[in-house]
Amino acid sequence: METPLTQHISASRPPLNLRDYEQVGGYQALRKVLKSMNPSEVTKTVQESDLKGRGGAGFNTGMKWSFVPMNDGEMTKYLIANADEMEPGTFKDRLLLEGNPHQLLEGMIISAFAIQANISYIFLRWAYKKAARLVRHAMDEAYAAGYLGRNILDSGYNLEMYLHTGVGRYICGEETALLNALEGKRATPRTKPPFPQVSGLFGKPTIVNNVETLCNIPHIVNNGADWFKGLSPGSDAGTKLYGVSGRVNNPGLWELPMGTTMRELIEGRAGGMKEGYKFRGALPGGASTDFLVDQHFDIKMDFKSVAAAGSRLGTGTMIVLDDRTCPVGFVHNLEHFFAQESCGWCTPCREGLPWTEKILLSLERGEGRPEDLKLLALHTQFLGPGNTFCALAPGAMEPLQSALKYFREDFERHINEKKCPWAKDHGTH
Amino acid sequence: MAHINIDKKSYEAKEGKNLLETCLTLGFNLPYFCWHPAMGSVGACRQCAVKLFKDENDTQGRLVMACMESIRDGMFLSVDDPVAKAFRSQNIEWLMTNHPHDCAVCDEGGSCHLQDMTVMTGHAYRRFEFKKRTYKNQYLGPFINHEMNRCIQCYRCVRFYKDYAGGKDLDVFGAHNHVYFGRESDGVLENEFSGNLAEICPTGVFTDKTLKDHYTRKWDMTMAPSICQHCSVGCNVIAGERYGKLRQITSRFNSEVNGYFICDRGRFGYEFVNSITRVQQPLIRREMVGFDEKRNLYDNLKTFFGNQNIIGIGSPRASLEANFALRQLVGEEHFYQGISENQAGLLRIILETLNSGKIHTPSLKEMEQADAVLILGEDPTNAAPRIALALRQAVRRKPLEHAQQIKIPAWHDAALREFIQEENGDMFIAFPIETKLDELSTDTIFSSPEEIARFGFAITSYLTNDVSKPEGCDETMMKRAQHIAEIFKNAEHPLIISGTSLCHEGIIRAACNIALALRLHKETASLSMIVPECNSMGLAMMQAPALDKAFERAEQGKVNAAIILENDLYTRNSKTAVDNFFDSCQHVMVLDHLHHATTSRASLLIPVSTFAEGDGTMVSNEGRAQRFFQVFMPKNENIRESWLWLDEFKQFKNGVNPQKLNESANLIEELVKAMQQFKGAETVSPPSDFRINGQKIPREPHRYSGRTAMLANVAVSEPKPPQDEDSPLSFTMEGYRGIPPAPLIPFFWSPGWNSVQSINKYQIEVGGPLHGGDPGKRLFTEEKISNLDFWEMPAQDFSPAAGEVEIVPLTHIFGSEVLSVYSAAIAERAPRPYLMIGEKDAGDFDVAEHALLRVKIQNQSFDLPVRIKKELQPGLVAIPFNLPSMTGIGWPAKGTLSKIKP
Repeated sequence: METPLTQHISASRPPLNLRDYEQVGGYQALRKVLKSMNPSEVTKTVQESDLKGRGGAGFNTGMKWSFVPMNDGEMTKYLIANADEMEPGTFKDRLLLEGNPHQLLEGMIISAFAIQANISYIFLRWAYKKAARLVRHAMDEAYAAGYLGRNILDSGYNLEMYLHTGVGRYICGEETALLNALEGKRATPRTKPPFPQVSGLFGKPTIVNNVETLCNIPHIVNNGADWFKGLSPGSDAGTKLYGVSGRVNNPGLWELPMGTTMRELIEGRAGGMKEGYKFRGALPGGASTDFLVDQHFDIKMDFKSVAAAGSRLGTGTMIVLDDRTCPVGFVHNLEHFFAQESCGWCTPCREGLPWTEKILLSLERGEGRPEDLKLLALHTQFLGPGNTFCALAPGAMEPLQSALKYFREDFERHINEKKCPWAKDHGTH
Repeated sequence: MAHINIDKKSYEAKEGKNLLETCLTLGFNLPYFCWHPAMGSVGACRQCAVKLFKDENDTQGRLVMACMESIRDGMFLSVDDPVAKAFRSQNIEWLMTNHPHDCAVCDEGGSCHLQDMTVMTGHAYRRFEFKKRTYKNQYLGPFINHEMNRCIQCYRCVRFYKDYAGGKDLDVFGAHNHVYFGRESDGVLENEFSGNLAEICPTGVFTDKTLKDHYTRKWDMTMAPSICQHCSVGCNVIAGERYGKLRQITSRFNSEVNGYFICDRGRFGYEFVNSITRVQQPLIRREMVGFDEKRNLYDNLKTFFGNQNIIGIGSPRASLEANFALRQLVGEEHFYQGISENQAGLLRIILETLNSGKIHTPSLKEMEQADAVLILGEDPTNAAPRIALALRQAVRRKPLEHAQQIKIPAWHDAALREFIQEENGDMFIAFPIETKLDELSTDTIFSSPEEIARFGFAITSYLTNDVSKPEGCDETMMKRAQHIAEIFKNAEHPLIISGTSLCHEGIIRAACNIALALRLHKETASLSMIVPECNSMGLAMMQAPALDKAFERAEQGKVNAAIILENDLYTRNSKTAVDNFFDSCQHVMVLDHLHHATTSRASLLIPVSTFAEGDGTMVSNEGRAQRFFQVFMPKNENIRESWLWLDEFKQFKNGVNPQKLNESANLIEELVKAMQQFKGAETVSPPSDFRINGQKIPREPHRYSGRTAMLANVAVSEPKPPQDEDSPLSFTMEGYRGIPPAPLIPFFWSPGWNSVQSINKYQIEVGGPLHGGDPGKRLFTEEKISNLDFWEMPAQDFSPAAGEVEIVPLTHIFGSEVLSVYSAAIAERAPRPYLMIGEKDAGDFDVAEHALLRVKIQNQSFDLPVRIKKELQPGLVAIPFNLPSMTGIGWPAKGTLSKIKP
């Protein structure tokens, strides 16, 4: 089984430096691109590989690039790596950033070339201090070796790269809020259209791609679109970094073919539930996805199959809920996060999320009323996609709405028993 | 034209227009908060949700925000859809989770957009059972009160203040459900348009602090359509009164003039009406020969009018009616403009140019369309602030065109600003010092008035061969002039702005020349001239000789008595000249509403009404005649309109009883008969006998309360309301309740729309002209009637002699205008007197910032703290224009500087 993304990552040693990276074939894809391909050929290859955005939206990456205007001469354009990995339970980009920063850099340079951007940014999560150090070092090496800067490898192509560390707002992971934050403005999302491909950073054409997405690019260029498609047996191409956290025997992160089943992930890779804990459900792709439960164990974890099961693949890093954790408390914790991370721009998100958080807390405290479940359901309905300005609130409602569906009796017990039935397990509230 | 279907009915709409705007134009009561017709859409509040269907067979549809959709042909929509309605109601419930539930005692209640929208969506019962979040309020200065707990986070305040008006000191802080709109710390809101926040805010976060001092609900005010008195732009305002006090000024929408917004001087300058320095009764100076306090007024008037050689001195801040009544009383040959020869001369050039038909003078709306702007020797932010606000929109025109190329709709404010970023169109400024608009300018020229004039001539020389290159311009200046000329030649809507602030004839001539020369290149070229006061243009159109001529005549002993109309002559000319004039007049009658230096020289002082207590017509700098209407009948019966007094005085002068005037409109008709240049002024408002269904237009809303109680301490019977014979408006709450003709709109109100947002219902199309057309009539001729030559550079060089400095008058939005400065809030914002010099001069005099220097101007000497401005050229000394303590200067002025010996 091929693991192109993680093949050179090892927990037992620091990441490859430039020389080592070059020795294992690093920057060959970039050389190939600059020597023998034009921008549209790169875009076409990526489009044909069917690489889908690994940040969670699952949009064809090459297609996204193709919307960037290409015949505007010297127009300023930007390529941005979204490394603001803030989705709860998600730590996949961190592995790539800390494990092999040159792979990201090479992917970025090729991608920037494809859209003919001359300025690139890495928007890095504030808390990823180690990644910042390693990425900065890799950038220095790449500049020194002529992979960045003016006239890269004598190709005539120029690219500057900057590392920008955020201040720790979840919303900055949303690509348009990220743009505003980079401009020094409030991290409020923008409306689409116009899409960033046309009017992005500082009003110029901009591509924002997830770290994992960009790390795939050198391998696609080296091995071709068909190779990439052949990596997975399912409907989505390539490999995916899957993670499992929660009370499993072996929590972790693995690069596996797209479409690996949940059973394989939980029972196989993660070694099943810890002793004394039973599986109740899992958020398959971070905090902003719907619960999957027992009946979904054999679902393929690709964009289409997870969506058919009523959830989203999201980031592919799953959080497992066990039977000794209160699902209401679990969801309350998530809603507290989302309410706090709302940017405050649109009414439903700004005012609705704190309301759900407060209701969930009152349930946990045994102060819930039967009508509270109606209010929660109402919020899951009205905070849906399109009603709010961006996807934060709809995402926040996904765990809540599926919890209300799969764990309804637990919510009702909180109200009927006027306390949290799990209270003794995790102390008093 | 697109055909759209809303709730199964077909409508015609404009393709590409905004859906929310269209729904409102079509009369749907669709609630909204973050959208504003002048500021477009950002999609933040999610209040205007409607259902959009794929086609007529789609029964599900999806919710969309109307403010974020363009009209497309064949759209199927529903406003009444149950899901859409439920969502809108839910959205209000969300907003109300943190909003105080105190409408009954809240000072926004009854004119609150949030209250209206809450009622409109039907949200009534509170289900949110948790605590509300609370905030600390800030001190924001004398104009605006802050009450953050009421905030519903629509973001309109910062969008107006920062994005629209260019303010720097109001912002949004914090995040999630704890965002905060205010300043970085307590302090005065600096922007000149901060007062609009009170109307922009959909609830009561930002309210009019001066109103709070004498609070009255909107529905309890007697209101009338009025015209701002505090600069030459003629913004339309609504003035409201209760208990004999003027309470509030708000913007009165006029799509051609001020649109939705007015400046802070216009909004907060009204309190001179309530000033304790009002003249309360006719005053007779005891020690004057022939006058006797004990004799009644009429006997003294007889004495006064027994004089030969009575002259009348008019005023640029008095109405056409008042000036004309004075002219009629004293006779044409004895009537003088109450302004200096310098000012009169500037106005003559301006008038001759603008009224020539060769160059168009734009409305504010037209100014916003300009794609290249040159401001020559003027500071619009201080001299005519509303123009500066229009220019801030004009510089966005060119970048907006770029945005259209990637198909961002014109209503999509958020996307436009993200795309445009800091890009600006072409704007050039020439002024002695930095001005606020410099931050938007492509190039700024800091020069003396004389050099600015030469620079203007240099630009003209690159536009036409008929004007030769001026002498004394260095090469870099010529290059800059050539560059500007090239840009303006290629502009679609070039606009030249200049004005009288620097009192410099060369600048006026140069600005006229540039505009005339541009007109040869572009039909669309236009010229806007800022003139000093609200009726400066109207007075200039009367073409009377200036004050200096009256002074000469007095000096020759040919003035026995002078009647001075609403004018402090000490603000017009040098103190010596004015003193001499008064010394040589035997009798001086002053008609005015406020005490000032001139009233203290009166032998007879007649109390007159302010704009709020009378009717009148004025001509704005655009040549637009506009009518203001009496807001209330003053309780003090001594206070009457100037024109009414003056007309009555005819009986003493001519021995004939005055014809019953009845109404000021009769005077206007006589004025038009006497002076054809005013033709059209008689049409600016319906006549006084105008009625709708036999009814007058009430000045009071139908919820006006306390009518029977407010005088109960005097008498329990309800007195007959005052009668208004001068206009179709009544001083009652009874009368026609529909939408009156635009010039007669006393307030904006529509069922369910109690706040100022009800303006939507008064417009033909939301954001567009008022039903029946916007008020006002442009008097300037539009067709070419004469062959106007270019102006020549004035021969007289005003450069100072050795040892002298040239004094540059700097107009201040707060402080330089004579009436508004009587309002406490405005006075608080006025600058302290100062003396501004350049770096080199400061070095030569060896003075530091704040040190005192003495400047001698025309026999007056002022000791003033120094402000050092590095761009101010050597030999120039700038002082604030017309501050109450710095009058008595004849402009243009020179002076001498000296150090003060300790």
